[in-house]
Amino acid sequence: MFNRNRIKDPLGDRIFMGINYLFLVLVLIVVAYPLLYIVSSSFSSSRAVTSGQIWLLPVDFNIKAYISIFKSTQLMMGFYNTIIYTVVGTAINVILTVMLAYPLSRRSFYGRGAIIIFMMITMFFDGGLIPTYLLMKDLHLLDTRWAMWLPGALAVFQVIVARTFFQSSIPDELREAAEVDGCRDIRYLVSVVLPLSKPILAVMTLMYAVGHWNAYFDALIYLRSENLFPLQYVLRNLLILNAADPAMLANTSQQLRDQGFEQVLKYALIVVASIPILIMYPFVQRHFVKGVMVGSLKG
Amino acid sequence: MQMSQNSGAIPTRMKPQKSMNQSERKIEHPFLKSLKRHWQLYLLVLPPVLYLFIFKYMPMAGVQIAFKNYSVVQGIWGSPWVGLKHFETFFNSPNFWLLLKNTIGISLYTLIAGFPIPILLALALNELRTGYFKKTVQMVTYAPHFISTVVMVSIIILMLSPHVGVVDRLFTFLGMTMTNFMGIPEYFKSIYVWSGVWQGMGYSSIIYIAALAGMDPSLYEAARMDGASRLKKIWHIDIPSLIPVTVILLILNLGSIMGVGFEKIYLMQNPLNTSASEVISTYVYKVGLIGANFSFSSAVGLFNSIINLILLILVNAVSRKVSKNSLW
Repeated sequence: MFNRNRIKDPLGDRIFMGINYLFLVLVLIVVAYPLLYIVSSSFSSSRAVTSGQIWLLPVDFNIKAYISIFKSTQLMMGFYNTIIYTVVGTAINVILTVMLAYPLSRRSFYGRGAIIIFMMITMFFDGGLIPTYLLMKDLHLLDTRWAMWLPGALAVFQVIVARTFFQSSIPDELREAAEVDGCRDIRYLVSVVLPLSKPILAVMTLMYAVGHWNAYFDALIYLRSENLFPLQYVLRNLLILNAADPAMLANTSQQLRDQGFEQVLKYALIVVASIPILIMYPFVQRHFVKGVMVGSLKG
Repeated sequence: MQMSQNSGAIPTRMKPQKSMNQSERKIEHPFLKSLKRHWQLYLLVLPPVLYLFIFKYMPMAGVQIAFKNYSVVQGIWGSPWVGLKHFETFFNSPNFWLLLKNTIGISLYTLIAGFPIPILLALALNELRTGYFKKTVQMVTYAPHFISTVVMVSIIILMLSPHVGVVDRLFTFLGMTMTNFMGIPEYFKSIYVWSGVWQGMGYSSIIYIAALAGMDPSLYEAARMDGASRLKKIWHIDIPSLIPVTVILLILNLGSIMGVGFEKIYLMQNPLNTSASEVISTYVYKVGLIGANFSFSSAVGLFNSIINLILLILVNAVSRKVSKNSLW
């Protein structure tokens, strides 16, 4: 960088860049430190956590907390339920979104404007919590898995993003060619449009999936049976309401059953609950950025 | 439209018998024509439209219980009308001003603190050339966005807990006294807002970074030729280029000032801080679902939505006048 024979930046610019780097390093530390601290605490001994010895790296490295977590049937049930909610829920989301977005991207589709208005209205008006709850009750969906899939089955924002993509990235000539060959609309959508729309489908799937993985509100409102609770709801009981599962503490020796071990457990829970998304995240980060950008084209 | 007319014309010429049928009606209604040719599209659109009707429009009709005395036996449509009774009860309740103050206070604080920081971050990142450092900053700052609300709140509680939390230890280390942060109402708003900034600033900056990346490079070249400093380039090129997207986001944010998120606040609440943390959405949940007071809490929720809508329309109108940027 310095041995290149180029004109030096003026002093003002160099000072500015210095401050800029300083600012960004500070931001980096502020964001990264708590994350590191959580991971380190989860691998530390309870004594180290309670006596406040951890500043950056684990003290008395061990994985006892993680072993305890996998003994909790409550938590494993939560994982199992969340996986079901995420897989089925995301499938419903993506299918409904494409079904609505594709016809709306076709200029010759009569009634397009009316449906768009019909759809946009739901972005600005909604019935609110209680009327929605009463509807779910009337439909006998309370305390069923459907309560986790149906209330948020379609995000209008995602429909707009997908429609924009179909409209701007799939050339009309393709459809004309397909039509000449006798290809009807649904077949054209499935065998031509969707394979060409992989980037936007990836983004949509990921955004919906993250939403399902992190959802707890619908469970709080609609679910009563313990065997239906998703991970986040179980986590809320364990982490925030401090109702530790006895199974997690059962096999630990008496001296570990103090507040300290519960603290370590909490850190480990945070790591375990967030890891599926955080592992996936670096691979898809590029897509997420793309998704936000497509959405901003026509907000 | 042109397409369908063209291809429709060819069979007419080839099969004269069939066109008789059409010429009887002179011009076929465009909807019928579209339906015949593209019935599959209508088939596709039917389930999502039905879905929106049932799960979005039916609850809108259910809002009428805000003006009724809902009883389970009589149902939404059969319950007796009571006019604005529930609204009056709410306006006259001692909670009203507290809820309003907390809701608006938390939203405005979130907006003032949370809005400029992503822009700053985007401007700072934009000055760097693409490289290892820039990518690291971006990746690390985007990551907290994906942490769930439950996990986020428990991180806050763990970090701030007295004795063992790292923040408290840091404060003690710096010679300040130990505090139970989550139990003090005065701290609630700041904890809520700044943890939100921590979690969201990176992800919110993406849209600005994208807008900056879409700039015409010749503008920068021209500025460099004229000897503009980096600060001047930011001031005269970068910031003006961000104004349209900023205004749109600002309208959306101002329009949802009354719609402060339920999930995080509800999880952060404890008996010690409710005087600062009770907002309209948590109140609706507690009175409505836990207290089974459906009509009253629907009225409270409706009041909230109406204020929101009025704000959105107002802000949009002002913005259209002042900056020529608007949502519609």
